[in-house]
Amino acid sequence: MSKRIDVKDLNVYYSKFLAVEDVNISIEPKSVTAFIGPSGCGKSTFLRTLNRMHEVIPGARVEGEVLLDGDNLYGPGVDPVTVRAQIGMVFQRPNPFPTMSIRDNVLAGVKLNNQKMSKGEADALVERSLRGANLWNEVKDRLAKPGSGLSGGQQQRLCIARAIAVEPQVILMDEPCSALDPISTLAIEDLINELKDDYTVVIVTHNMQQAARVSNKTAFFNIAGTGKPGRLIEYGDTHTIFSNPSVKATEDYVSGRFG
Amino acid sequence: MTATLTPVKKRSALTKGQLPKWAPYLVLGIALILGAAVLALIGFNALGWGIVSAVFFAVGLVGWSAAVEGSRRAKDKLATCLVVGAFLIALLPLFSVIWTVLVNGLPGLTDPGFLSTSMNGVTGAYDNKSVEQGAPVVGGIFHALIGTLLITVLATVISVPVGLLTAVYLVEYGNDRPLARAITFFVDVMTGIPSIVAGLFAAAFFFAIVGPGTKTGAVAAVALSVLMIPVVVRSSEEMLKIVPNELREAAYALGVRKWRTILKVVIPTAISGIASGITLAIARVIGETAPILVTAGFATSINYNVFSGWMASLPTFIYTQILNPTSPSNPDPSSQRAWGAALVLIILVMLLNLGARLIARMFAPKAGR
Repeated sequence: MSKRIDVKDLNVYYSKFLAVEDVNISIEPKSVTAFIGPSGCGKSTFLRTLNRMHEVIPGARVEGEVLLDGDNLYGPGVDPVTVRAQIGMVFQRPNPFPTMSIRDNVLAGVKLNNQKMSKGEADALVERSLRGANLWNEVKDRLAKPGSGLSGGQQQRLCIARAIAVEPQVILMDEPCSALDPISTLAIEDLINELKDDYTVVIVTHNMQQAARVSNKTAFFNIAGTGKPGRLIEYGDTHTIFSNPSVKATEDYVSGRFG
Repeated sequence: MTATLTPVKKRSALTKGQLPKWAPYLVLGIALILGAAVLALIGFNALGWGIVSAVFFAVGLVGWSAAVEGSRRAKDKLATCLVVGAFLIALLPLFSVIWTVLVNGLPGLTDPGFLSTSMNGVTGAYDNKSVEQGAPVVGGIFHALIGTLLITVLATVISVPVGLLTAVYLVEYGNDRPLARAITFFVDVMTGIPSIVAGLFAAAFFFAIVGPGTKTGAVAAVALSVLMIPVVVRSSEEMLKIVPNELREAAYALGVRKWRTILKVVIPTAISGIASGITLAIARVIGETAPILVTAGFATSINYNVFSGWMASLPTFIYTQILNPTSPSNPDPSSQRAWGAALVLIILVMLLNLGARLIARMFAPKAGR
């Protein structure tokens, strides 16, 4: 249950401003793909175009194609809600719903869409999702407590459990560890390693060691200067990108010479 | 050695040049005595004593502080005196109103039958009898209480859906479009509409569509809605705005439709603020007099039907009892009833404010481990 993503000639605009220019990339199923690059280079913007979340921002639009197993996300008549149900997302800051318990947070995707589910099925889904997010043992005794009472790292894993509870094909992660301490980061990275057995995982990170640790393939984004659009500079196996990149800018970035 | 065995009690070097803790109390005592002495010369009254003493206190404390502690601390004390003084001045009218209404209203409120009878059949003869022969004051506010409650409930039923939906449009769909900006502008204009104008509007509206002279509780409710809707829109809008965008994005990312996100994530997160805003809006209109005068008429008997017949309300009851006493030769019983009604009205408003706080606490997202 994981699908590949092929992006063809994608331009992303905020109103008239071209934010990301001419991206062509193929993201393999059942693997982890990392996007790295300096701040403002458009990697988060690009990530959000993969499940049409950028449309939440007024004026944002794209040109080009994003194919999910051959189906264009931006084809005529495609409902963004259907797209997002297949391509889940985890955000930079953990954002569990404050009005819901831990259990209800996991079931949010089901409950908010008013799908009927027996209590037994719901219980099984909660346990499966929380186990999938490596959180079950920590919260199994307090499922009825509010999700906001968990620590930051636990909240982020709760958000991952919430995302995998709707059984998506792809999981996008937008700097999922940037608000977390090293121990919680380790827990999330272990989790990403397990998730790639079942899902296509795309992760944006500022932390190059993290990209090197968790990803199979790495894409390096860069901008020529402020006000210029972001571009995909180099894309390849993580090992190649970090040890033997073909572009000078990539080498400078991964070796810490700038950024 | 002996010197260290018997430690000399001395002030710490870090607290040098500070007034002792009891200094303000000492200055206050002296200021009160001096104030009393000055007032005794020109004729004593409590308000003057308070003002003169306060001035003496501020001058004394700031002067002493300037001498001992230096100018920075003296300025600090001066600012404290000004802030506390302004606070006391602001509280003065509040306590004065509550005290006056309590003193004048309690005899009326404790009158048997005050809350359970109407003014139906109560004539000047009864009031004359109670003043001349000491008979108990008859008549009560039951009809006005019922009227106030029914009119306010109906106004709330009209205003809350309109106001809340407008706020949802402005925050979730408006995107600063011309329509949204126009709505915001007209809501601001509506906030400033004088209440009598709202009353005249509702009266004229019903005269035009139902028939001339239509005065019912429903007309009054429409007039109050005109006053209430902008308050509900404003407070709900503020509450919806502070719901973090991340929660909306989290719901969208789960494949939840926008209207469901609003209904099940945004509004529940903001419900405590919305509910308390609505309660405060109710408190704002429950005491309105002018719009009810021109829309619901004056009734002396109980009317449970908001859609037909005149209806009394607490503010108009107070107004008529004071302006047109039931017995023109002996206005005291009418005035007692008016103060009693005023006390009931204030109690209602206080209960609503307390209710708003309770609601806010009840619905607030719970944190806990």
